[in-house]
Amino acid sequence: MKTEIYTPERNVVDDDRTTIERTILSDYKYGFVTDIQADEAPMGLNEDTIRFISAKKNEPQWMLEWRLKAYRHWCTLAGEEPTWANVKYPPINFQDIIYYSAPKNKTNSKSLEEIDPELRRTFEKLGISLNEQKRLSGVAVDIVVDSVSIGTTFKEQLAELGIIFCSMTEAIQEHPELVKKYLSSVVPITDNYFAALNSAVFTDGSFCYIPKGVRCPMELSTYFRINAENTGQFERTLIVAEEGSYVSYLEGCTAPMRDENQLHAAVVELIALDNAEIKYSTVQNWYPGDKEGKGGIYNFVTKRGICKGNNSKISWTQVETGSAITWKYPSVILKGDNSVGEFYSVAVTNNYQQADTGTKMLHLGKNTKSRIVSKGISAGFSNNSYRGLVHVSKNAANARNFSQCDSLLLGDKCGAHTFPYIEVKNNTAVVEHEATTSKIGEDQIFYCNQRGIDTETAVALIINGFAKEVMNQLPMEFAVEAQKLLAISLEGSVG
Amino acid sequence: MLRIENLHAGIEGKNILKGFNLEIKPGEVHAIMGPNGSGKSTLASVLAGRQDYEVTEGSIEFLGKDLLELSPEKRAGEGLFLAFQYPIEIAGLSTINFIKTSVNEIRKYRGQEPLDAVAFLKLMKEKMALMDIDKSLLSRSLNEGFSGGEKKRNEIFQMAMIQPKLAILDETDSGLDIDAIRIVANGVNTLRNKDNAVLVVTHYQRLLDYIIPDFVHVLYNGRIVKSGPKELALELEERGYEFIKNEISVEEEV
Repeated sequence: MKTEIYTPERNVVDDDRTTIERTILSDYKYGFVTDIQADEAPMGLNEDTIRFISAKKNEPQWMLEWRLKAYRHWCTLAGEEPTWANVKYPPINFQDIIYYSAPKNKTNSKSLEEIDPELRRTFEKLGISLNEQKRLSGVAVDIVVDSVSIGTTFKEQLAELGIIFCSMTEAIQEHPELVKKYLSSVVPITDNYFAALNSAVFTDGSFCYIPKGVRCPMELSTYFRINAENTGQFERTLIVAEEGSYVSYLEGCTAPMRDENQLHAAVVELIALDNAEIKYSTVQNWYPGDKEGKGGIYNFVTKRGICKGNNSKISWTQVETGSAITWKYPSVILKGDNSVGEFYSVAVTNNYQQADTGTKMLHLGKNTKSRIVSKGISAGFSNNSYRGLVHVSKNAANARNFSQCDSLLLGDKCGAHTFPYIEVKNNTAVVEHEATTSKIGEDQIFYCNQRGIDTETAVALIINGFAKEVMNQLPMEFAVEAQKLLAISLEGSVG
Repeated sequence: MLRIENLHAGIEGKNILKGFNLEIKPGEVHAIMGPNGSGKSTLASVLAGRQDYEVTEGSIEFLGKDLLELSPEKRAGEGLFLAFQYPIEIAGLSTINFIKTSVNEIRKYRGQEPLDAVAFLKLMKEKMALMDIDKSLLSRSLNEGFSGGEKKRNEIFQMAMIQPKLAILDETDSGLDIDAIRIVANGVNTLRNKDNAVLVVTHYQRLLDYIIPDFVHVLYNGRIVKSGPKELALELEERGYEFIKNEISVEEEV
């Protein structure tokens, strides 16, 4: 994401047109490979692979044992990959994947100045400056390439407020008590097939800890980049917001264009204590495969937050434009009384992309509220499914949920599907669900054409209008970029 | 400005316009009247470049260019505007953002700089007063939930913002009460000048009480069968389209 180029625009909607124009004709532009030497694990997965990863990271014994436990559990699930999602792909050979790949020079640099110049150029090309003076003053970034974090900006400034923002590897070394306490407390290692795999082999990710009463003064963000061939990326993110704290966190991701599929199986856990708020935004732009559906990233991700304390709030916002297959359901466990969970999503599929995405809102505490706004846009031969669960447990008096699921179709060869599940065990609950499906009509395009607006711009205007409610949730720095992405992802799908 | 010669056009293999001729000069207002199914909407659609319509014969020259060679957005750029009979809704896209995009895309086509926010706002306020349009309407999604009258007024408001050289009003009076017709007509009249032209396509003559045409043409069975001064519209209103049909059938028998 070009965070340092686009200064925050207050008037995003009015100014989107020029950015769309500039980019609408471009293809996936993040698809280049950086030629850097990598330090890799032998291909395949067994206990030695896990010992190798753990040793590489110089991990304490408890961490290794935790990984092995996850691995052994995963082995018991062999052949039980989830098949309920509305996506199709050939079986993954988990022995064909390299589970650890790190850029050779200066991994885990103590200082940003030490980063390999070749890598630095990669990120300049992606629009991310590692030079703190040049960066937007409002965003701190942790950079993860393949399996490892290569640097984190603004660490010292954040540390002054007691905020910990570092790579997961560093957190395990420096803050073991926090990691032990919270890791897998929201997504247990036995949660699902890919969460078990991630627990066994995760290599890095970001860790954030916001102390009591602190409002994090800048956006925290992690930028994930897959570079090496045949590798899988398995990152783990853990965010803890203590009582009365607030943090807004963003993640972005890209990968080179390759004919082979690559696996990305991440786990993200959020913990919000009393009166705390976490806002988590994702702009996902993994390589989606080519126009014939060859290559692309399998994005199988488990994201879950817990509103552990009373009056806490967790809000997920996602703009999903990339990946060959997306399988993810950022969820909120509403445990604290009066807690609030939100899920805002735009998922775009084009060509042969498949997405099965949605959320789970689990109402456990009293007076808990959740809001789901899902906008699916399908084009080409793609399939786009919303899958969501709203669960109100027996003791969750006065729970409220509102769900809105809208689908927009471009052309007649794509599919949009909605799978809402509602389980209500308390009769004071109010659960509302609304859904619409519409097509971009030739009439709409012609109307725009007649007013001097060409077809590509017209489509961009229409989809940005459709997705507006979700885009408005994104931090300003990223909203412009996300609108551009929408336009690019749908390039050539109409007309 | 506009010269249509021997135009044959139709949709889905059905011929609707069969040898249509018309010439419009700058400063003129022409009215095309005719019964349902005579080809009025086909004419408006063909001029604006709607894809489903096929031109099988004839030519259209607009300001020295071959109109049929131009895409719909280029026609708009050249100065052709169609006020739709049924304006289209786009959810989530604010009317004002749509109009700003439209105005600046057309400026871009003409090699002009986009209007900055201040200049745009000034123009907008001026035209809003002219069309008696409320600001809140412009911040709503394009045409979504607009009443029939609001949609038509919004069309003419866009026309006022874009300032086209040739404006085609396709049944703009349909579904409007008399007050709304006055506002719409007033907007059109204020915009008239010696350099631009208006083509009013209508079934009824009542709009022509307010937008006084220089020429009235009767379209019947895909051709103009009678042309005359503004009084022709009154005659049609009085005697109905039947008398034209009778005249035609008499001629054809002869």
